[in-house]
Amino acid sequence: MKKFVRGHLAWFTTPVLVLAFVIIWHSYIVIFDITDFILPKPWAVVKSYWNLIGNVDLWRHTGVTVYETLVGFFFACIIGIGGGALMGKIKWVEETARPFVIATQVVPKVALISLFILWLGFGSAPKILVATILAFFPILTNTLLGVKSVDLGHRDVMASLSAGRWETFTTLELPSALPAIIAGLEIGIVLAYIGAIVGEFLGGQQGLGFMTIDYQNAFDAAGLFGVLIQLTLVGFLLYIAIVVLRRFLIPWHESVLIERLALAG
Amino acid sequence: MSAIEEAANSAAAVSGGASKIEIELDQVEKIFQTDEGDVHAVAKTDINVRQREFVVLLGPSGCGKTTILRMVSGLLKPTSGNVRVAGHELWHGDTRDREAVQEMGIVFQEANLFPWLSIEKNIALPLKLRKQSKAKRLKKAHELCELVGITGFEKRWPRELSGGMRQRAAIARALSYDPEILLMDEPFGALDAMTRDQMNIELQRIWETSGCTIIFVTHSIPEAVFLADRIILLSPRPGRIHSVTNVTFKRSRDMAIQTEPEFQEIVRDLRRQLESM
Ligand SMILES: Nc1ncnc2c1ncn2[C@@H]1O[C@H](COP(=O)(O)OP(=O)(O)OP(=O)(O)O)[C@@H](O)[C@H]1O
Ligand SMILES: [Mg+2]
Repeated sequence: MKKFVRGHLAWFTTPVLVLAFVIIWHSYIVIFDITDFILPKPWAVVKSYWNLIGNVDLWRHTGVTVYETLVGFFFACIIGIGGGALMGKIKWVEETARPFVIATQVVPKVALISLFILWLGFGSAPKILVATILAFFPILTNTLLGVKSVDLGHRDVMASLSAGRWETFTTLELPSALPAIIAGLEIGIVLAYIGAIVGEFLGGQQGLGFMTIDYQNAFDAAGLFGVLIQLTLVGFLLYIAIVVLRRFLIPWHESVLIERLALAG
Repeated sequence: MSAIEEAANSAAAVSGGASKIEIELDQVEKIFQTDEGDVHAVAKTDINVRQREFVVLLGPSGCGKTTILRMVSGLLKPTSGNVRVAGHELWHGDTRDREAVQEMGIVFQEANLFPWLSIEKNIALPLKLRKQSKAKRLKKAHELCELVGITGFEKRWPRELSGGMRQRAAIARALSYDPEILLMDEPFGALDAMTRDQMNIELQRIWETSGCTIIFVTHSIPEAVFLADRIILLSPRPGRIHSVTNVTFKRSRDMAIQTEPEFQEIVRDLRRQLESM
């Protein structure tokens, strides 16, 4: 039983901490007499979220944001994994590409969004672009690191079997880099989501980011909180999807084996 | 050729009869270039190994045993000198002779199994690279698991096995393509004494049944005497042949020979030589 509790600690602590947070929140409003326009009571937020769930608009906007996030993330994976692998394998590619990769990261990306909207209009395209630009970087750097830090003993094994470059890449370098790549994906999906939402803040008529702005303009704090809850839940689901992917793709890795042992023990 | 080296190369006649030479190091030398200057790891050395011979390289840490083994395997190119393996010149310019390399199986000091492949897939990896069908290579992997004594663990991840079992799997992987030559670099260095004895007995059995040629590196003297037809003792910095000892106990040997006076005499002699270096 003790082991079970330890293995599933988050299942016990999370509800308790959330409950504590809600109590503090409620007490704060009551004690300091805060107006609803600034901070609504927890119950008002729950009611507002409940109403939102029944609203077709919420799901349409959610769909748009998820679509932009996933498409952006998809491109980020292609650029990040493909580019990272190429840079890790071929010296001159790394040297040529590095300044540009760094440039995309040091430029204030939020400023770029206005430019993208100017070029690409108010549809999904600029948001996808922002999501991609935000998300590809951690995926690329992690892939690069992963491909480069292959165990030398493993390299010896492949060399002693006279394996070619491509065989070495597919049977050694890629699987060996996979844990690092997945760590990059976990950050990447969150950044893609942020990119899509920030993109929606700044232009267009669709998505959860737009919805947030809409409620803000209407001074509807309870509605705003409702959207925030939706944003949090969707973000959480996206992240969980990657974690599940990790179990699928690297069942051999310590991070997964340890979890398995913890659950079994 | 020095008198010692001559002894090294003719001594095999005692155990190996007239069988042909499988591995030939001809004035092989290795100098590593590092930031702190050149490291003369192996001085110009001649070593000949006959077919089906079991040769042990013995020597203190850092004397160049691994370097010699890596030069035989083709993982490292000698600074000067020639390596011939199974009748092929090992190096043609900067490329290794594919056929020569394919005759050699290597067992490293660490098992070096790929953690993302199950044990059977690790063992079958060389066959996969040789484009054998999946059914065929898995069948071979299962046979080898039985040979090295890890039946029942075929589907496990390497991390789920003990160190000794992982080393057995590494041996099975090296044997999977029936190499004529087995190069082993302190394969049992990390094991406890009991497991080590057991692995030595099994290695002897595998060597007898497969009929391969073995170069085995160790710094355990009893292990060397137990396994070897011929022990080449190396002296350090730069590595060169210090002495050659023929071991003529009849096969198959069992651990009981360790208590025989003759065995202990060889061990004592080698220890004296090592200490006087
Ligand atoms: N890649 C390298 N670069 C520079 N020096 C090296 C390199 N590899 C080995 N050496 C040096 O060459 C010498 C011989 O090394 P080697 O690994 O062959 O020793 P060894 O006999 O296998 O030792 P041990 O028993 O500790 O494994 C050592 O002094 C080592 O520092
Ligand atoms: Mg060594």
